[in-house]
Amino acid sequence: MPKAHVSTTINGDEYEFLCEPGQTLVDVIRNGLGLTGTKEGCSTGDCGACSVMLDGELVCSCLVLAVEADGKNVDTIEGMAEGEDELHPLQRNFLELNGLQCGICTPGILIAARALLERNPDPTETEIRFWLAGNLCRCTGYDKVIRSVQAAAEEMRES
Amino acid sequence: MASILENSGFNPDKELKVVGTNPVKQDGPDKVTGRAKFGADLILPGMLFGKILRSPHPHAILKSIDTSKAEALPGVKAVVTRDDFPELPLGSPGGDLSRNIMAREKVFYDGHPVAAVAATSEPVAKRALKLIEVEYETLPHVIDPVEAMQPGAPILHDHLRTKGVEGAEDSPTNVVERLDLAMGDVEAGFAEADVIVEREYDSKPMHQGYIEPQGCVANCNEDDQIELWCCTQGTHVFRDRLADILRLDSSRIKVMQSEMGGGFGGKTGFYGEPLAVVLSKKARRPVKIVLTRNEVFRCTGPVSGTRSRIKMGCTNDGKIVAAEAELIFQTGAFTGSMFFNAPHAMFTRYALDNIKTTAWEVVSNRPKVNAFRAPCVPQIVFGVEGIVTELANKIGMDEIDFRLKNAATEGYTTLYGATFGPIGFVETLEAAKKTDHYNAPVKPGEGRGLAAGFWFNRGGDTTGSLTITPDGSVNIMLGTSDVAGSRVSISMMAAEELGVPLEKVRANFADTSAIGNNRVTAGSRTTFSSGMVIVDGARQAIDKMVARAAEIWGVSPEEVTFEDGHCRPASANVGDFEPLSIKDIASRTSVSHGAIAGHSEMNVTGEGPGFGVHIVDLKVDRGTGRVDVTRYTVIEDAGKAIHPLQVEGQYQGGAVQGVGWALNEEYIYREDGTLDNPSFLDYRMPVASDVPMIDTVIVEVPNPNHPYGLRGVGEVPVVPTLAAIGNAIGDAIGIRPQSLPMSPPKLLELMDGGETKAAAE
Amino acid sequence: MTELNYAAPDSLDAAVGMLADAGAGARILAGGTDVLVLLHGDLIEPELIVDIKNIPELTDISVEDGAWKIGAATSGMKLMGHEGFAAAWPGVIEGVALIGSIQVKGRASVGGNLCNASPAADSVPPLIAAGAVANIAGPGGRRDLPVEDVVTGPGQTALEAGEMVVSFTFPKRPPHSGDCYLRLTPRTEMDIAVVGAAVNVTLDDGGTCTAARVSLGAVAPTPLLVEDAAAALIGTPADDAALVALSEAASAACDPIDDKRGTIAYRIKTAGVMARRAAETALERARRN
Ligand SMILES: Cc1cc2nc3c(=O)[nH]c(=O)nc-3n(C[C@H](O)[C@H](O)[C@H](O)COP(=O)(O)OP(=O)(O)OC[C@H]3O[C@@H](n4cnc5c(N)ncnc54)[C@H](O)[C@@H]3O)c2cc1C
Ligand code: FES
Ligand code: FES
Repeated sequence: MPKAHVSTTINGDEYEFLCEPGQTLVDVIRNGLGLTGTKEGCSTGDCGACSVMLDGELVCSCLVLAVEADGKNVDTIEGMAEGEDELHPLQRNFLELNGLQCGICTPGILIAARALLERNPDPTETEIRFWLAGNLCRCTGYDKVIRSVQAAAEEMRES
Repeated sequence: MASILENSGFNPDKELKVVGTNPVKQDGPDKVTGRAKFGADLILPGMLFGKILRSPHPHAILKSIDTSKAEALPGVKAVVTRDDFPELPLGSPGGDLSRNIMAREKVFYDGHPVAAVAATSEPVAKRALKLIEVEYETLPHVIDPVEAMQPGAPILHDHLRTKGVEGAEDSPTNVVERLDLAMGDVEAGFAEADVIVEREYDSKPMHQGYIEPQGCVANCNEDDQIELWCCTQGTHVFRDRLADILRLDSSRIKVMQSEMGGGFGGKTGFYGEPLAVVLSKKARRPVKIVLTRNEVFRCTGPVSGTRSRIKMGCTNDGKIVAAEAELIFQTGAFTGSMFFNAPHAMFTRYALDNIKTTAWEVVSNRPKVNAFRAPCVPQIVFGVEGIVTELANKIGMDEIDFRLKNAATEGYTTLYGATFGPIGFVETLEAAKKTDHYNAPVKPGEGRGLAAGFWFNRGGDTTGSLTITPDGSVNIMLGTSDVAGSRVSISMMAAEELGVPLEKVRANFADTSAIGNNRVTAGSRTTFSSGMVIVDGARQAIDKMVARAAEIWGVSPEEVTFEDGHCRPASANVGDFEPLSIKDIASRTSVSHGAIAGHSEMNVTGEGPGFGVHIVDLKVDRGTGRVDVTRYTVIEDAGKAIHPLQVEGQYQGGAVQGVGWALNEEYIYREDGTLDNPSFLDYRMPVASDVPMIDTVIVEVPNPNHPYGLRGVGEVPVVPTLAAIGNAIGDAIGIRPQSLPMSPPKLLELMDGGETKAAAE
Repeated sequence: MTELNYAAPDSLDAAVGMLADAGAGARILAGGTDVLVLLHGDLIEPELIVDIKNIPELTDISVEDGAWKIGAATSGMKLMGHEGFAAAWPGVIEGVALIGSIQVKGRASVGGNLCNASPAADSVPPLIAAGAVANIAGPGGRRDLPVEDVVTGPGQTALEAGEMVVSFTFPKRPPHSGDCYLRLTPRTEMDIAVVGAAVNVTLDDGGTCTAARVSLGAVAPTPLLVEDAAAALIGTPADDAALVALSEAASAACDPIDDKRGTIAYRIKTAGVMARRAAETALERARRN
């Protein structure tokens, strides 16, 4: 197979890698680059566990070819906290309000929720629910996920 | 072996500092930052990627498998088939298990594994699968359990004879077992009844739906020592079953627990893991296998689909006088559905004298079912609680009052022979009656439903250790897996016992070589049982610290008490000694008698049954049959909520899983016996916009057998859901559905009185 | 075993050239939300993937004298965020908004939705109802095709080898016009249409319907333009009788299959229900405009 050479920026760091043209971005960031914080629950766009930001757009990294990331910025869960003690308000509120149970959906939900709050700092419950409809969670029944997002939004608006 | 703490020390008046609070769980920070390692997240040097070749047929004789072309592909390091597994007798537990993870004589369902490959990359492994040549002789298949019971149905296993039927013919059958249970005299009971309702129900298999597909890395070293890293609900069970099917000593296998991305019962059994082990043995390199979502749906444990006929009768003053049921459970290609739970639990919560049940377990050409929260119970309670509400309505009694009138209380002896200790069904019903939800009027155009549920809760084989480090902080070693926060709850109990802040306590998973046996985390047993052994361990450690303090002070141990994390003189008479903290004592262990630890193994009993009531409001779209759930309340007895936010989370998660099962989730098979909807998109689990907030009421009627009064909260939250939704739909449209899932086409047809279907024919 | 290559040309000519050279082995990649699922499900084995998102014309949104033109590879999120277009064609936006999740719409395009040729594609009925035209480029030059003529069967289009859809143009809207798309699925989101219904209407000053187009999805091998349903509205005050007739005509036009997403009977019945509901909203919008 001919391999493609890709240069990309992930969480502000420059990466270069070789990949097969058919390989997905989630495959390369997890298995190639060892950034396993991004999860893979279905590989078909249905669960949102693989959510990342690609040049500022919320996408499923299982539905993006790794070659498409060439020259682009990718943001993953590993880049969400600022330094050791500086969890993002979303991360902190998910911890405090028990917005996660098993935690497999959590990285994807946090990335998606941050994208929402960047566009809409004061979303309604319904807006949050519809925005997160692409992120399946089987453990929580969504209640505490939604409450965690609401609490983080409020905190971010106040600061 | 101890089965229960001799003196649980349960004291309802004890002032609690840690138990009952809501600290951040210790595994949380790694989970919100992406650092937690789940099954698929381990990367080892030299690791190969494994892929599984699966049968496209639901039923066929496996005539031959030629792997030579795959083996010749550059990058392929091992190919395994049935020939790489010891042949175990057909029909033995190991024989079934071994044949389920790798087909031997026949394939029994769409997706049944027939070969596996390990290669240097996933694409190479996928290419190799295409080079394996398999010759099948296809056989007629049967999907539906009732069809599978008929004479002349395609037979899966020639050796199978029905258990529990006297004088059964000595000819092959698909009926694994018939289980008859009875108490009292049902005929006499029904004779007393003023109202009798009898109905038939059916349900389809649903999937546990965990978001993390099974992922593992197996590494067999040059000394044939096997290490398996995986997401499992039971490391020891995986080890022992691996030892069974591979004919190895258990001591050669070390199973290590990753974080687990949901299991709900579905990760109590293994699938790709043994294949990774055998591939690694052959390739002599680590092998990772991660299932695809398609494989998860096609080949890992859904729950049993059922057919049932249920009959109940009551008197006009509201006493249920008899109950009878005939139940059929589809178990997939191999036995193991735990169908006996259904007759045991279906009526249990009402103090009935006269019960008769017959239950059947049947094989068909589907994947072997696996456990799911309260295995085999919710889909049957769907019918029972429908009838209970109908009886209440028929005699014109408030449905909570009707349930209260029949509620089981302490001292009731159940169909399965246990006599209840203190239980909280009455308290749960009374709490339900007081909720805002129950007292609010039903909104115009909506319907309201209510249902109750029961689960035994479980104990069982459990081992744990607690170590006091020299600086006075505490390590806990657990051999049970953490499905949703048991580590923090157990740590909280240890902190409470030891009188130290939670931050001083860290709970860890021990691998199977580092700790004694533990049953799977299932049946709501882990926080209860592991909590019990760790409290035992903490108390042992306290005894040792007391002895050390006595020695330091030159007094007898009886003259020392332990309180708030300190050894103190038991009275002023003992002498004027400064209290010794845990740290004071632990820091001297190297000059006294060595480390302080507590270790406990028990086959835990004393579990306290759990009861729950669900109330739901919903709207049914008259034009389309779509259901919108608008309000939901879960009321449940936890015994004691160690970490209330986590208990609420269990209630909410269980309820929403039930909403999915009630409304849309099902396995849909094509005519040719292959699964038609093996993707999240077509399987239709609830998404965030499908459900409202789920209100919760935690009832606390303590279980005195547990040091903190715990019961267990993992199973009950899904038991009443299907019935509550069914009852609400019945209230909204005037006809109570009897078939699960209650999907839009079925509801539209009910509302049309069959007109929709007739029009098309 | 085929070898897969990837190219992302930045001009239409280059893309058309590559597609022509590669012939049947080429596969256009827009958002990839269908292509990647097919690729990794081993349902397609292309030799060359031509990513068209770097071609400016393919992701452009413009309006000229009230007539909108949108690039075929424009992502759903970009389209939904375009206030001008969203105000002009709310029904089209409703269709786009129902495609998958926010994540999926971050990539998914209308061109891909159409050319994937699923009978259940959500943005296609509102495009058909709108009277949108697909602007096509290929080895033989450019041509236009009404959207309803693009899909010829499940997974099949009228595009010739090497052709691609470049953009869609929409007719200028007269006053008192409105459109709407509604979809029936068991879940609120992340589901594939069991029935989709789009209605686009224009009224005169007196409220009489002067023009209408009705399109249904998921009830036949291709998305349908249902002229009988439109005829039930045209020339009427769009009253209850007209809506009943529209609903019946919609049900009558269905030629569905029984599948995991719905039965024949269910689809026929609900197609009428959904068409009527879509018409009511489209009329309400038209009366307000
Ligand atoms: C999780 C999930 C949910 C989904 N839900 C929905 C849904 O609710 N409703 C719905 O309608 N769809 C849904 N889809 C399908 C898909 O997202 C849509 O069809 C989408 O619009 C496709 O657009 P795309 O740009 O991603 O197409 P691509 O995948 O890039 O392409 C699709 C097809 O069209 C061809 N193609 C693309 N652009 C052009 C062009 N300009 N000219 C010629 N050929 C072209 C491609 O070669 C390919 O055959 C879903 C998909 C996923 C993964
Ligand atoms: S893994 Fe990408 S959406 Fe599920
Ligand atoms: S917390 Fe387990 S899937 Fe969301």
